[in-house]
Amino acid sequence: MSADMAFAIEVRGLAKRFGEVAAVRQVDFAVRPGELFGFLGPNGAGKTTTINMLTGLARPDAGSIFIGGIDCVKQPRAAQHLIGVVPDESNLYPELSGFENLCFCAALYGIGKEERQRRARELLDAFDLTAAANRKFGTYSKGMKRRLTIAAGIIHRPQILFLDEPTTGIDVASARQLRMLIGGLRRDGITVFMTTHYIEEAERLCDRIAFIVDGRIVCLDSVENLLQPVQNKHLLQIACETFPGLPQELAAAFPDLSFSTEGNDRLRVEADGPIRVGPLVRFLEERQIEVSEARRIRPTLEDVFVQVTGIGINSMRKEKTGGGRS
Amino acid sequence: MKWAIAIWAILCKDMRTYYLKPPNVSWGIIFPLAWTGMFFIKSAGEVGSIASLLPGVVAVSILFGTTSMLAVTVTFEKKSRSFERLLLAPLPFELLMLAKTGGAILFGVANAFVPVIMAAFLIDLGGIVWSIFIPAVVLVALASTFLGLFIAVAVSEVFEAQTFSNFFRFPMMFLCGLFFPVEQLPSLLKPLAYALPLTYGADALHGAVRGAHNLPFAVDLAVLVLFCAGLFALSLWNIRRNWIL
Ligand SMILES: Nc1ncnc2c1ncn2[C@@H]1O[C@H](COP(=O)(O)OP(=O)(O)O)[C@@H](O)[C@H]1O
Ligand SMILES: [Mg+2]
Repeated sequence: MSADMAFAIEVRGLAKRFGEVAAVRQVDFAVRPGELFGFLGPNGAGKTTTINMLTGLARPDAGSIFIGGIDCVKQPRAAQHLIGVVPDESNLYPELSGFENLCFCAALYGIGKEERQRRARELLDAFDLTAAANRKFGTYSKGMKRRLTIAAGIIHRPQILFLDEPTTGIDVASARQLRMLIGGLRRDGITVFMTTHYIEEAERLCDRIAFIVDGRIVCLDSVENLLQPVQNKHLLQIACETFPGLPQELAAAFPDLSFSTEGNDRLRVEADGPIRVGPLVRFLEERQIEVSEARRIRPTLEDVFVQVTGIGINSMRKEKTGGGRS
Repeated sequence: MKWAIAIWAILCKDMRTYYLKPPNVSWGIIFPLAWTGMFFIKSAGEVGSIASLLPGVVAVSILFGTTSMLAVTVTFEKKSRSFERLLLAPLPFELLMLAKTGGAILFGVANAFVPVIMAAFLIDLGGIVWSIFIPAVVLVALASTFLGLFIAVAVSEVFEAQTFSNFFRFPMMFLCGLFFPVEQLPSLLKPLAYALPLTYGADALHGAVRGAHNLPFAVDLAVLVLFCAGLFALSLWNIRRNWIL
């Protein structure tokens, strides 16, 4: 198999199992230089395992990996200088300050003292951490830790950056700030491979997205193309009390609409044409269900995801609580 | 040059965060002091017995100083995942592990000289063959560091590393001819003694300090070199096999 330099990352037939568990099965994809590529899937889908194989922290059972044209299965450590990795958990040194951590990481890539101190200061500034520069990393908040971990991942100016669930487990404001930083990386020309289980995040940030479920890519395309099939759908969200069985009752009464619930206070209505609100509200009110609001909503990637994977949004949402959606 | 920067950074960081921390520095000094004091007092200042105890005390100081460090610098960093950062660095794996163990080796050598300095106040050290003593100290430090590395890599918890290293350390104190000659061991245990690296180190040290050794110096030092290479290679192989899943 030949390396195609048109791609920053090229993966074919990648597979990995842990005993009985097939963590990754037959995964193929290619990431173009400068692209922000999203790897989207629920917890346990095989995202981290894939990143570990791409970065040389795990050995694939089968398949080929080319990074910057280098065959990483034959030479697992040969592409290390091209890549930066931000793991799902911050793994910097708690006893060192933010500044020292960054300088140490730069030194691992052979960057001289003056240059690494200059870059560390620059990054601390860009990531809004200057005030905490001399504090021990161990005392940082989760959001600050994540920001410093990203800074540490790019201090050696990698061509390709791997980000594993960058916004999981941090507060909403920090997550928003991080997404802005990640958007900025792409503008700087860095190829970013990012995993996430937040659909809106992937939709907002990524150029192309691969849905991964159970170790398999079920769908891969640009956000625009992914949204195409649902673009003409009409969606309505009705705020009202719901109960099990309500969607079925409604479906019987309105056969050309489809219904689902979101939590126990929202009803979702889907149709291929415009939805008439009046009859629906009347139907509900006749059953003593008070409707407080009804509004049209824009179809999102969530709808695509549900359609393509058959996985309910709720099961995706309840993964890892405390998530930084905004 | 790039690799040198990385190696130096790893060494300095480990020194700062682990070796030069007050508890470790004092451990490194007090421990050999305690051993030395205990044995020297027992020998009641007899000049002959201090010289015969010195090699054993030096070896024990190195053994304990080095092996206890790897549990932190390697096992702990593996567990806290910061070791992954090192594995991702564009640095040959062998050099990375040498940088990671370098601090422990230096620490062990430094520990070795605590009893030597103490002994210098009590007896005349003019008779020591330094050209053998110093290489022997360095090789014992290397071998015990790599033994510590082997253990640190084989386990996943820090306490396991500590327990497991005692499993090696205490028998070695008695089997390796530190304080009484290997010749006096029951004949069943003798082959075991010669399977342990410290036996050769202790033999060379006894020879350097007071001329009493069983094997030629060249053999002692060569066997130590082989042990170092073997343990290092084995540890690297273990990391590649078990840590890069
Ligand atoms: N070291 C491991 N040993 C055994 N099973 C593992 C290991 N790492 C991951 N797995 C399993 O592989 C699957 C994929 O895990 P992972 O790649 O971490 O998923 P994700 O990052 O998408 O949440 C899961 O079922 C997980 O339990
Ligand atoms: Mg993961």
